[in-house]
Amino acid sequence: MALEKPYKDIPGTIIFDAEQSRKGYHLNQFCMSLMKAANRERFKANQRAYLDEWPMSEEQKQSVLDLDLNRAMSLGGNIYFLAKIGATHGLSFQQMAGSMTGMSEAEYRDMMLAGGRSPEGNRYLGEDGDAQPHHQPQGQAGKKVEV
Amino acid sequence: MAKITASVYTSHVPAIGAALDLGKDQEPYWQPVFAGYDYSKQWLKDNTPDVIFMVYNDHATAFSLDMIPTFAIGTAADFAPADEGFGPRPVPKVIGHPELASHIAHSVIEQDFDLCIVNKMDVDHGLTVPLSLMCGRQDPVHGAWPCPVIPFAVNVVQYPVPSGRRCFALGQAIRRAVQSFDADLKVQIWGTGGMSHQLQGARAGLINREWDNAWLDQMIADPRACSQVPHIDYVREAGSEGIELVMWLIARGAMADVTGGAKPTVKHRFFHVPASNTAVGHLILENT
Repeated sequence: MALEKPYKDIPGTIIFDAEQSRKGYHLNQFCMSLMKAANRERFKANQRAYLDEWPMSEEQKQSVLDLDLNRAMSLGGNIYFLAKIGATHGLSFQQMAGSMTGMSEAEYRDMMLAGGRSPEGNRYLGEDGDAQPHHQPQGQAGKKVEV
Repeated sequence: MAKITASVYTSHVPAIGAALDLGKDQEPYWQPVFAGYDYSKQWLKDNTPDVIFMVYNDHATAFSLDMIPTFAIGTAADFAPADEGFGPRPVPKVIGHPELASHIAHSVIEQDFDLCIVNKMDVDHGLTVPLSLMCGRQDPVHGAWPCPVIPFAVNVVQYPVPSGRRCFALGQAIRRAVQSFDADLKVQIWGTGGMSHQLQGARAGLINREWDNAWLDQMIADPRACSQVPHIDYVREAGSEGIELVMWLIARGAMADVTGGAKPTVKHRFFHVPASNTAVGHLILENT
């Protein structure tokens, strides 16, 4: 009998459960290695070579090279681990969180200053809130796509 | 006999620590956050305990994916502030209380909570930011935290995290453990993390002010009912990282009213949006 995973129907959200953790073990442990300054330098000097030292899938490596955090999460990454890649590149947590929405840094910061993203329409897939798949990317990036 | 005198609840947003460390705490963005703790700093000076039992979570710092303990108690003599990728925070070393920590571990395991015992561990912003908020800036070398701290780390990173119900029961076990310690220690229990926030995906930036405050109301007045809130409600309403709030129920479970004592006094309550990506909540409850 399958496990019950009621969190699968929340838009724009990947819950890091035991299954995701299993998929992302090496990806996340690679991130963990960036806690050491010497490793951060080696990674920045040649990202591809550093990644090739880890038994990660090619997709996982590419998501790191592209700094595509949504993709990395779908492949088993966890945000607290992935944040170490951002820190290596000098990005703040807010910049990283914002990057997953498609919004510019200023747009995301302004949304937070205005009280954050509303849960309205964002609780279940199929509603019409700004985090729903049919409203991506958000902000000006999304408006350009529509033109 | 040791006793739990009060519980303190607060968010532990890393950017708050960075703002304080970089001297930005009086900037317009941060000033309202720190102002919410002015009362608390004085309260802690007037009510300094002998030990703080600190419920927090590690954020891929001391625990990688090599080991993921659901509940881990720090029994070391001291704990160094961790390097989370930017160098360690410039704050004092955290002094532990090995005797009380080992006693609690023994008692709580006998009460059927299978704790992981940690004799060596660095502590990240989850533990040091609450201390900074409640004590203000402290010199890393010449300064000191006001008393020993027992770190108690809860896994809220990999799902499933422990349920609110389990955390609430654990708080009661910790209360019994403290009360069976044979020295007259005043112990505060702090629950940290939350409130609503989501740090990932297209839904990043979610804040739910109404839900947070309704949850706080219930946690104060009817913690048993609050402990029944299922995981999915936290995730859906308060964001994927809002689930950290289950840690507050450990502290709440250790208060006197849960086992037939008097209701606690609400000494202070504060709520502010935003601190970086997060809704900041803070509460002080005193046993009377």
